[in-house]
Amino acid sequence: MELKRIQYIYIYFSAFLFGSGLAISGMTSPNKILHFLAIGDINWDPSLLFVLIAAVVIYAVGFAIMKRRKETLFGTPFSPPAHHAITPRLLIGSVIFGLGWGITGLCPAPALMRLATLELNSLVFVAAMFLGFRLAKEE
Amino acid sequence: MENEFTLALLGGICIGLGAILLLFSAGKIAGVSGICSGLLRLKDSERKWRIVFITGLMTSAVVWAIVWPGRFDADQSYWLRSLIGGSLVGYGTRLANGCTSGHGVCGVARFSKRSITATCVFLGTAILVVTGVRFLGGA
Repeated sequence: MELKRIQYIYIYFSAFLFGSGLAISGMTSPNKILHFLAIGDINWDPSLLFVLIAAVVIYAVGFAIMKRRKETLFGTPFSPPAHHAITPRLLIGSVIFGLGWGITGLCPAPALMRLATLELNSLVFVAAMFLGFRLAKEE
Repeated sequence: MENEFTLALLGGICIGLGAILLLFSAGKIAGVSGICSGLLRLKDSERKWRIVFITGLMTSAVVWAIVWPGRFDADQSYWLRSLIGGSLVGYGTRLANGCTSGHGVCGVARFSKRSITATCVFLGTAILVVTGVRFLGGA
């Protein structure tokens, strides 16, 4: 299904808003993320929990509306993601992702955004991430 | 610190609204690992919107890195950590078919059992890694 030109403009701004949220909340700082993940630490920073809660609550409302509409604002069809079973692949993948996130404090979106700093670590991380994408066999 | 909670909520709201905007305008799910890895394998029609999304994300990254460099504070770790971490994040998110955005925000918000499970596993693993490293007296 080919998207209309106006939809691409919205996609661009949705990504801009999404990225702004990550920057405003501090998800783009691996130091901050590591302080959040260090539960029980004297310097524990619980604020990022509120990022997740706020985003989930807002999106839950939007998704519920969209599920009923079944089409986008521009008339193209929408089908919710198909339900899959909880597989060993999902669990193993999540553990591996969690290891990488815990080691570095970076998940994919903030890692991409940190390319803007031009620091070596960001370049290495994103290159390695794409290598990881490639190495994983598609389902 | 109080300020950080307000910013976390504000950031979370922007993330949620950005993801909703993408859903309502184009019917797409804001899962950043999937959007990126799709660039490696999908055909032209499915690539275009992904490229537009990543361009929007990167524009916001550049703007915020200039406006608020404190949110992009230096990642001081040794580059080898980024290499290993990035590979694990790339490989793991592909096996799990999603990351913090796709499973953690969008998936949890539509009450997908699969996404809730994945989120608990990767968040739990990351917390264990960070607390484990601290317990052992590491970084």
